[in-house]
Parts: sequence; C-alpha cells; structure tokens
Amino acid sequence: MAEKKDYKVVGTRPIRHDGVDKVTGRALYGADFYAVGLLHGRVLRSPHAHARIKSIDTSRAEAHPGVRAVVTAKDFPDVEDKIADLGEGAANVKDLQDNVLAGDKVLYKGHQVAAVAAIDPHTAEEALELIDVEYEVLPPVISVLDAMKEDAPLLHENMRTDEMGEKSENPSNIASHFQHKQGDLEKGFAEADVVVEREYTTETVHQGYIEPHNATALYNPDGHLTIWCSTQGAFAVREQVAEILELPVSKIKVVPMEIGGGFGGKINVYIKPIAAMLSMKTGKPVKVLMSRADVFEGTGPTPGSYVRVKMGATNDGHITAAEAYLAFEAGAYAGSPVGAAAFCVFSPYKVENGQVDGYDVVVNKPKTAAYRAPGATNAAFAAETVIDEICEKIGMDPLEFRILNSAKEGDIRVDGPPAPRVGFVETVEAAKDHPHYSAPLEGENRGRGVASGYWPNFGMKSSVVINVTADGTISLVEGSTDIGGTRAAIAMQAAEVLGIPAESVTPTVADTDSVGYTAVTGGSRTAFATGYAAYEAAQDVKQQMIERAAKLWEVDTDAVQFADGVFSTVNGKEEEIDFKGLAARLDETGGPVVGRGTADPNQPGPSIGVHVVDVEVDPETGKIDILRYTATQDAGKAVHPSYVEGQIQGGAVQGIGWALNEEYIYNEKGEMTNASFLDYRIPTCLDLPMIDAVIVEVPNPGHPYGVRGVGETPIIAPPAAIANAVYRAVGVRMKELPMSPGRVLKTLGKI
Amino acid sequence: MRAFEYVPAKTVAEATSLLAEKGDQAKPLAGGTDLIVMVRENRRQLERMVDIKDLPETNVLSYSPDTGLDLGAAVPCHKIYADDAISAAYPGLIDAAKIIGGTAIQGRASVGGNLCNASPAADTIPPLIVLGAICVIAGADGSTREVPVEEFCTAPGQTVLERGELLVSFKVPAPPQNSSSFYLRFIPRNEMDIAVVGAGASVVLDDAKTSIVSARISLAAVAPTPLLAEEAGASLAGKEISDDAINAAAEAAQAIARPISDMRGTAEQRTHLVGVLTRRALNGAIQRVKEA
Ligand SMILES: Cc1cc2nc3c(=O)[nH]c(=O)nc-3n(C[C@H](O)[C@H](O)[C@H](O)COP(=O)(O)OP(=O)(O)OC[C@H]3O[C@@H](n4cnc5c(N)ncnc54)[C@H](O)[C@@H]3O)c2cc1C
Repeated sequence: MAEKKDYKVVGTRPIRHDGVDKVTGRALYGADFYAVGLLHGRVLRSPHAHARIKSIDTSRAEAHPGVRAVVTAKDFPDVEDKIADLGEGAANVKDLQDNVLAGDKVLYKGHQVAAVAAIDPHTAEEALELIDVEYEVLPPVISVLDAMKEDAPLLHENMRTDEMGEKSENPSNIASHFQHKQGDLEKGFAEADVVVEREYTTETVHQGYIEPHNATALYNPDGHLTIWCSTQGAFAVREQVAEILELPVSKIKVVPMEIGGGFGGKINVYIKPIAAMLSMKTGKPVKVLMSRADVFEGTGPTPGSYVRVKMGATNDGHITAAEAYLAFEAGAYAGSPVGAAAFCVFSPYKVENGQVDGYDVVVNKPKTAAYRAPGATNAAFAAETVIDEICEKIGMDPLEFRILNSAKEGDIRVDGPPAPRVGFVETVEAAKDHPHYSAPLEGENRGRGVASGYWPNFGMKSSVVINVTADGTISLVEGSTDIGGTRAAIAMQAAEVLGIPAESVTPTVADTDSVGYTAVTGGSRTAFATGYAAYEAAQDVKQQMIERAAKLWEVDTDAVQFADGVFSTVNGKEEEIDFKGLAARLDETGGPVVGRGTADPNQPGPSIGVHVVDVEVDPETGKIDILRYTATQDAGKAVHPSYVEGQIQGGAVQGIGWALNEEYIYNEKGEMTNASFLDYRIPTCLDLPMIDAVIVEVPNPGHPYGVRGVGETPIIAPPAAIANAVYRAVGVRMKELPMSPGRVLKTLGKI
Repeated sequence: MRAFEYVPAKTVAEATSLLAEKGDQAKPLAGGTDLIVMVRENRRQLERMVDIKDLPETNVLSYSPDTGLDLGAAVPCHKIYADDAISAAYPGLIDAAKIIGGTAIQGRASVGGNLCNASPAADTIPPLIVLGAICVIAGADGSTREVPVEEFCTAPGQTVLERGELLVSFKVPAPPQNSSSFYLRFIPRNEMDIAVVGAGASVVLDDAKTSIVSARISLAAVAPTPLLAEEAGASLAGKEISDDAINAAAEAAQAIARPISDMRGTAEQRTHLVGVLTRRALNGAIQRVKEA
C-alpha cells in the first residue's frame, strides 16, 4: 500500500489535543478522582522476600472504628488453575490472583498480603499495623543463575520445567527452556576468522513512570463494577479483573483516566481487583493509591538477566555463526520476556548458522512486567558489544559491518520466520552521514560508540468511532489511552482521509462500555493499529458523506468525487461542497453520520534504530558523562514528527539510565534497599545532553500511511552503544549493567 | 502519618520549654526538608513540632572580616549564597549550600537543620568543620553552651543536644589571610543524590602562596558521623605545595575512613573516593587562594 508520499496532515506538527489540559494541570489523573462516600484503601505488603504465610488475623484491624473492610486472599473466588487468553497474552489465572493477594506464600518483599478500606488514608495506614501475619521465613533466591542451581530454594514446589513441550521430572525454578536453531553452528564457527564469546549480566530495572498506580472501584448492588484507574489498557484491566474475581466482562466498566506514564508497567493489575473487592464488601467507592516504594517493590519491573553471546566472523566482516544463551528472571511467577529477547538478539543481521537458547526462571522478586521492547535491551547489550569487539579485531568500521551483515527482506531468521522489510541500511546510513559520526572527539578519556536495536512491533485489535458534527468537525472515540501523544497521531490519520485539519478532530479516549475492543497502548502499536482503525472509520465517513453529496445533488454516488476535502460532481452541472459545508447539511440528507473502523493488522513493520554516543569517563571516580547523543530510527512514516522525536529521545534516555545507574539493589535478605527515586537513579536533565533524534522513513507496506511503531526501539541500543564508547574512552569492556561508577572503578582495577 | 501538634515559637525560651516538655516526642522545625519528609513517611512519629524558623536569633546572618560570621541555625541556604561578602569569605560553605537538593529545597533548607539531622552524608557539615565553626546551643534552663561542629554529631541521626536544647546559631571564625576553602562530593548523577563521599578542605598559605601554613580536612559519608581528618590536615602544615604532600594527606584521610557498603556505594569504593576527593578538595582550596 504505502509509498513515500506527501500528505496534508500526516507529517505535520499540530498542537496536541490534550496539550492545554496537561500543561495547565487540569487533566484528570486517577488520584484526582473523587466520589461521594469515598473510602480509602491501603495494602499490607510482605516484609520478607520469601516466606510461608502461617496465619493472617485481621480481627484487630476489623475492630478499628475507622475501618470498613479488610480483604485477604481468602476473599477470592476459587479460580481454576488455567491459562486464560487475556488478549494481550496468556496468563495463569491462579498466578494472577496469587500476585494480587498472596495465598500460601509470599514470594517477594512488597508482595500484597491484605488490604483495608477506611474512612481516611491515615486510618487505613494505621489499620495495616493491626493485621497480624505470622510468617515462616524461607531462604530467598534473588539472581537468575542462583535460582537455576539444583539446590536452589524453590519458589513453587510443584513447578516443573517445560523443556520444549516436555515437563521435567523434578521441580525447578526454571519455568521453561526453548531453543531456536538454524543452519550448522559448528561449520559456521569453523569458517570464522575471529570468534568472540562473552558473558553479560544485567540487573532488574523499573520503568520509573512518574505516576504511581491508582484505582477507585465502585460495586453496585446490581452487580455492576466500575473502575476508574491509570492503565495502558482499559480492556486489559477488564479482562484481568473479570478472571481474578470471576465476574462477566459485561458487568465491568473500566474508565481510563489520564496516565502519567506506563512504558509497559501499567498493563498488569495489582490494586484494581483489591479496590473492587473492598467496594464489594462495603458498597462504597474505594480508592487505593500506591506510594513510590509500593511501586518499586510491588509492581513489575523488567528482568535481570544472564546472557552469553558467541559470534564468529570472517576477516572481511561476514558473520558466519552466532549463538546466544539467554537466562531471564521472570520474578515470582513464570513469564519473563525471554521469548522476545530471543527474537531480537540477532534480528538486524543475516545469521545463516545460529542457535538461541532461552530460559525463563522464577526468583524472589516482583513478577516482571513489560518495559519498552521487553527483553531486547538485555539481549542487545550482549550482541551489540560482541559485534563491536569483532569489528575492533578485524579492523572494520562498526557501521560498515552492520550494513554488510544487515538482514534483507525474506532472509530467514534464527527463530524461524522470514525478515520483513525494515530500513536498517537506511538507518545506519543516516547515522554514518550525521555530522556527529565524523566530528572529531578530542580530549582524554573520551570515546565514541555505536549500537543498533531491533523491535518487531505489534498489531492487535483496535476500534474507532467517528461522529460528524454539524460545524464540520469530527469527534473521534477511541480506546487507546494516550501516553505519548497518540490522540494527536490517531486524529491526524482520520483528518488526512477527510481533508480536514487536525484541529477539526476532537479525540476522546472512552471507557470499555463506550468503544469497541481495543488492545493496550503498548507494543508500539497505538499510532499504527488504532491509527489504522481511525483511517478505516474515516473511510467509512467519507463513503457516507459521498452518499449524502449524491443525495444533495441527486446524482449517483459514483458520480461524486472527493479530493482535498472537497466533494464534487460533474454530472450535468458542476457542483462542489467542502467537508464543512456538507457536514452542515446532514440533517436534510438523512441525519447523523457515524463512521466506524476496526483493525487487527498483521504487518506492524519492525522498527530499527542506530545510536551514536560520545562519553567521557572520569577514571578516578568511574563516572560516565554523556557528551553527545544521536539516535536514528526508521519510523516508516512519522505521523507527528515531534512525538516521534519525543519517543526516540525518551527511549534513549531510559536506555541511558539503564546503562548508567538504574538497578534494584538487594541485600542478603532479598530486600530491595533503594526503593525511592533518591537511590534508584534515573537520569535527570543535568545528566543528559540534548538527544538528537533523526527520523528515517522507509514506509511500512502494512499500513496505509506507512506507519511503523516507534516507541520501544529507542531503549534498546543505548547500553551497548555506551559500553562501546567506554571501551574507546578508557580501554575496558563493561559486561555488567548498570555501568555504575563502582562497577567502572572495579573494571578499571582501581578498587 | 499521625496527627501532631504544631507550635510556632516566638522566643528561644518558649521554644526550649516547649521542647523540654515533650522530650523525644517534640522536634524543632526549621525548613522541614528533612523533618516533614520523615514524618510523612512514618519514619518518625511526633506529638509536637516546634517551629523555630521565625525567631530573630535563628535568623541572624551577619559577617564582618574581623569577627567572622554569625549564622542563625534556621537561615535557608539561598540567603547565605545570595550574600556576596559571605560567599567570598567562605566559598567551601557556599559549595555545599548550592548543591543541597535544588533551588526549591535551598529556599527552605537550613544549615542548622542539615547539622541537627546528623546524617553522616550531610553536605554542609564538612565545610563547617574545616572552617572551625562553633555551635551556639540554648538550654531549657536559659543557659547557653558552645560546641565545635566536629563534636556535635554522635551517631547517625544523633547529636549532643539534650532534652529541651536548641541549636541557635553558628559562629564561624573570620578567614585568615591567604586562606580559602572547598567542598565537593561524589554522586553518581549530577544532582538529586546523597553524597557517596564528601570532602571539605580549608587551607592557609604563606604570602608567596607556595607553602601551606595550615590545613583542615573533613569527610562525609565514610563513618557514622562526619569526620575531622585531623592528622591529614596537620600533615600539610609547613609543607611546600606538591602532589606528594597532597597525596600523603589524602592517604592519611583514607586511613581514618570507616565506610560501610550500602545502596550508595561499597566500602572499597568509598575509601578509594576519599583519596580522590581529598586531593580535589585540597587542590580546589589552594587554587582559590592563588586566584584571589
Ligand atoms: C529533595 C531533597 C534533596 C535534598 N538534598 C540534600 C543534599 O543534597 N545534601 C544534603 O546534605 N541534604 C539534602 N537534603 C536534606 C535536607 O534538605 C537538608 O538536610 C537540610 O539542610 C535540612 O534543613 P531544614 O532546615 O529543612 O531542616 P528540618 O527538616 O527543619 O530539620 C532537620 C532536623 O534537624 C532538627 N532541627 C532543625 N533545626 C534545629 C535547631 N535549630 N535545633 C535543633 N534541632 C533542629 C529537626 O528537628 C530535624 O530533626 C535534601 C532533602 C530533600 C527533600
């Protein structure tokens, strides 16, 4: 479908529709929600990383005069031990329940154990101290390699390893092991002139969204439950709560409030079912808010991992074989993004002989959740630094190496499917041609590094309804919560079809009763798939408007043309009416026009990014300063370039944070010791240069405007690019993330 | 957070008696950038907060080149660094006042509160120590006593203050001829962090500015309380300025560090950083004398 074309609206930079609300502070977030009779819920969390719950006595809390209800896992309906398809991926319902309120065992510090609803937040907090929980403390296991050992403490006594379909005999913390294989690995390595094999570890990191989780629930006696909350997907909340509480989805309405960031971390539910249970018990609306410490300790971060990559290449720079061993921490329950990591580890490259092994391993940490290109950053840190070493050994420019080895459309990937069209070479060339890459880098302890990152992107389902208004504008109802400017990007795609300005669209993010099914804002799918649905809905409007024009002029619909926002006909006399003019005449031609569009597109089109970074290392303190940063990325077609740049910059910054300082720091008891933004160190604006975002546009054939998702890819390359730059600055290869000052000093042999 | 009583004191005597009445259950409130945070996060429970930030005595800010600086315990950082004469006389203290939190925090945060909070990592304590600052303390019985800053903190969060006592002000001696001071800390980011290690230095040079007459060095975040590295400073007295002399002082400072490993850094890293930062603090102070 899509070729490189000029558009009227797509590709421009209008002011976003939600902009004024947000910059004036009037936008309503979940914590702003208020209802008459509101009660406040708070959650009691496990102080232990691993313990058996011997008893929970809630009687003292229940006796408190300000307390209206207490809930524990006993209040759950008995759900089957089954895998439910939740639209966004399957999950074991028992695990979901158990993560929301612990049953027999607590599996991480911060695990939710009980909750109270009280007349005010302080009373609720106080009442938590009146809940008596007796624990039998068990030894915790915190890192993936420890958890894989045979004598490791077991989180789930009955869990068996799924070994490519077969269940292991003995229980294990390894939930599953899979393998992708292609070609002849041995032969490939034998053909290599250089082989580099390295081991890497990365620590647990959090998305660090600024807004903590929140939920207010109201259960009516007629069986209807309403939840107002911050989420990346109202329908995903509906499905999860329905499974956990065994309610029909039709009885649950989820109202998404504005969202202060999610990055993948606001898909899973934690306090939403609890707010619902507390409301069921009290008959009152109940609001539950998390603190920052709750967010760090109780919600899904992205996994720590152990990755080993081996790669062989010829002296003239051709990859002959590549092998990866990926062991990922799933957190307390099975389900790490190791599958996606396996998918991405070698994806940019043509690898004829390859093998990838993935292990999904449970540890006593919060159940991991998605985080921007989940799994890919861990994998790329390894693969992209191994490539850098190969380039150094054979004396080849690392960008040339990437062009030489780039996978072409149709090349078969190690994990099976053929590579789709993506502008890898174009993106590498954009980096090469950028003045940054050829700028001299003077001064001691400075170095420049490059790396690339690949993410497949997702399609999935979306629905959009468009109502034509008599003043020539349209209202666009969608189900995608707006995180990165998606209201604008979606509205613009409808505006393009109808030949109206972006400002003539009023986009609304609706609740689950008011719009058709829409999957999460995640997987870099929203501008792509909900944009696609908006395009379809606008096409429907266009067709209906053509019919109205035909009626007005008493001609056949075939005789009506539509171009640049103007309907016309040449049948007999020349008639012309623009969209606005026709919108004013709907009443006389048959009443309201409502267009609808749904999409489930299966060609999301991957996105690939190439990052160039200059660093300076203080060899006495081990601190890395980012001097200059350029990120190029294939966006297919940037609908609103400012928000594409914003995504590239934001992703790069999160990748820089992951590279430099972000990590969950654990003590020997398995307790996170840095559950605050003071000691969990995301970069501040003083730690960053302006990120130069360069958009490359190789249209995605799977979308009418060529759109590719852009949100996730930019987080992938930074750690590897920075590690490669550090090597050129001070001559050491960093193999652990984060490259915090202490680790750099150690690697430099200073401590 | 539990409900507590808030009382704005009008006189030092009223403040000390309000504090004495409740003992452990009462705390003075200056800028509140430590205290309010702790109370809100349930890290500290109180029955009474005694606001001392509007007392004349805790708000003095007067400097003379002859008698030195009188600094009220509740004066917020921004007022200190807005004063050019004070900034020129005590650059080490200004280094610290300018890095606490950010602009908003510096609008409230006081040096008195920074000291009384008694964090081993507090940024203003090393410069106060190297400048020879003395604490003026009022007691509930109307008495006053003076304690050098280096003796004020006794353990993390603990000080020499007894029931009912209030830190009223600091007396900082006038800087001698050819002297200057410098403070720096190491943090993993460029702002919004607590010192992994902090080091302050003050030096007095000879007229030729080639030799060190005397020096004081103080360290933060490497022991339960901020440290005066007495021997390290003394080792420089009478020495010509040289890398060797500075390295030797840095090693002497390292020798007294007793750091722990925590989420901000490991003990080895901290000991290493003591050497690096002591050198940088000394060189910074010397450079300032030379440039004056
Ligand atoms: C975002 C943020 C960033 C920060 N960054 C830094 C930093 O970079 N470096 C740093 O060192 N600190 C930092 N702090 C901590 C804090 O700002 C400082 O310690 C500040 O100097 C405290 O002063 P205050 O006036 O706010 O004290 P308060 O909070 O009012 O008091 C602190 C303690 O001292 C007691 N107290 C106060 N005045 C007296 C008195 N006159 N007599 C007896 N006891 C008294 C109080 O009871 C309390 O226990 C930060 C705090 C925040 C919130």
